[in-house]
Amino acid sequence: MTGQHPAQIPGERAVAVRELAKVYGPLRAVDGVSFDVRRGEIFGIVGVNGSGKTTTVECLQGLRDRDNGEVHVLGLDPATQRDALRHRIGSQLQESALPDRLRVWEALDLFAAISPRSRDWRRLADEWGLWEKRRAAFADLSGGQRQRLFVALALVNDPEIVFLDEMTTGLDPSARHAAWDLVRAVRQRGTTVVLVTHFMDEAEELCDRIAVFKAGRIVALDTPSALVRRFADHSTVRFTHEGDDLPWLDGCPGASAVEREGTRFTVAGDGPLLAYVASALVAHGIAPLDLRVERPTLEQAFLRISEVEATTR
Amino acid sequence: MRGVRKLAWVEVKLFIREPLALVFAFAFPFFMLFILAGVFGNDIDSTDPESVEVWRGVGPSDYYVSTYVGLVMASAGLITLPLRLAGYREAGVLRRYRAAGVSVPVVLGAQVLVCIGMAVVAATGIVVTSTLLYGTVLPANWALVLLAMGAGLLTFASIGVFLGAVLPTARAVQGAGLALFFVMMMISGSGPPRDVLTDSMRLVSDMMPLTHLNLLLQDAWLGFGWAMDQALITLAFAVGAALLAVRFFRWE
Ligand SMILES: Nc1ncnc2c1ncn2[C@@H]1O[C@H](COP(=O)(O)OP(=O)(O)O)[C@@H](O)[C@H]1O
Ligand SMILES: [Mg+2]
Repeated sequence: MTGQHPAQIPGERAVAVRELAKVYGPLRAVDGVSFDVRRGEIFGIVGVNGSGKTTTVECLQGLRDRDNGEVHVLGLDPATQRDALRHRIGSQLQESALPDRLRVWEALDLFAAISPRSRDWRRLADEWGLWEKRRAAFADLSGGQRQRLFVALALVNDPEIVFLDEMTTGLDPSARHAAWDLVRAVRQRGTTVVLVTHFMDEAEELCDRIAVFKAGRIVALDTPSALVRRFADHSTVRFTHEGDDLPWLDGCPGASAVEREGTRFTVAGDGPLLAYVASALVAHGIAPLDLRVERPTLEQAFLRISEVEATTR
Repeated sequence: MRGVRKLAWVEVKLFIREPLALVFAFAFPFFMLFILAGVFGNDIDSTDPESVEVWRGVGPSDYYVSTYVGLVMASAGLITLPLRLAGYREAGVLRRYRAAGVSVPVVLGAQVLVCIGMAVVAATGIVVTSTLLYGTVLPANWALVLLAMGAGLLTFASIGVFLGAVLPTARAVQGAGLALFFVMMMISGSGPPRDVLTDSMRLVSDMMPLTHLNLLLQDAWLGFGWAMDQALITLAFAVGAALLAVRFFRWE
């Protein structure tokens, strides 16, 4: 019933998308998107609202019909082989609901019964913090509890790929972090994860690779660290020092600006800035206790990607 | 199959938890029973040929009892079933079910089973009430009555699924479904007897499935035999509505 999925060839493609397109009337919601998702990876799809993320993943799940392009999920075409695919994938939809008076355990039990293979829903309920709420009706759940229920429902058929669309929307910070751990555990079991999110910290934290969507197209696709390197390669080194100005800091390789505010120093620049600043400080007999570097986040890279795109268009 | 059973059972539980939203439809046949029994009683002047003709030779309450059974089925098919389906679609429940791999036949099968169950309970309630309170006759031919009921359930289940398929929202059902229901309640035999309708009313009445179902039920109930024409027309409605439902069913 439960257990790891059959041995998976690393690197094999779980999803292959070529020139996927979907129009709504005059709107090109998805406009020629191509990407692969490898088996066993956590693949992120990020982008501002309306950039076509949901449309894309719902085409992949056979919930919307595409207008153009080729899609293969687990080797199947979701448009024509929906039924064969259905029970092998898990879906947490951005928008959906359950009957108001349906109880948590009944939903899990029902969805487990529908699927030919399933996980023990009691364990899932426990993992996702729903055990205490198992007798509660859907209508009486908080936003975060509903969200967790939908994720648990997406996993109850022990899918080979799970699609999570805005999974942590409505969760409080501690529940979000708990959800991240659980998603990692899901991948550990061998399940491929396609994660749609507009939280950059979440994408950076979880994803092996990220596709950045903008206006129905992919404008960047890489690992989080590569995206950050490419689009936001600057660092900020901070420390406190009581005493004179330190004019020689300007000479550190990569440093582009040194600022001082009272006792607080900031060195901005790129490359391995922290190493150079640290060695210069030590060479001058200064060893601040709070020397630290702030690396750019995916969030900053994301903003930069949006700008670059805007100016090149 | 396991899916349908489970879903049907879940639907039954949901219904028990929130019955009012769905049973209100079944109040109308009871209103008609109480009002018309109060107005007409169960005696006719057997020396007045016109009266005998209008009431088909039986007392008004005997005349009506079978038509309330038909009306119960119409309530299920025109209100309860489509209200449920459209409400689920509107809320996104159907979308969720679909993504989980619940097939159309399973979703519809579960709803139909529950609605049929409710209709059977309500029909039994009507007959028991009418028998105990007004001493109306029981079916002259049980087999034919059960057969007619089966045809009626099939027909209105199809019509209910069809309406639930084409009417996008619960609000639309409350408009269109209720309007259809009231028209049928008034001119399909559960209200003024067919003989006293004007020609144009009778024309409209002939286009309504409940008219034919009521005649079929009434003939069987009162021992007038099997109205084959009516049976065929009723089944034609069933098949037509089922085909349209399959053609037009939408998940969202
Ligand atoms: N069913 C629909 N009908 C018409 N327009 C739609 C529909 N679904 C989405 N859209 C539009 O397509 C665009 C992309 O939407 P969506 O895929 O939901 O984006 P995202 O998930 O990135 O926010 C948006 O402009 C949205 O308004
Ligand atoms: Mg979305």
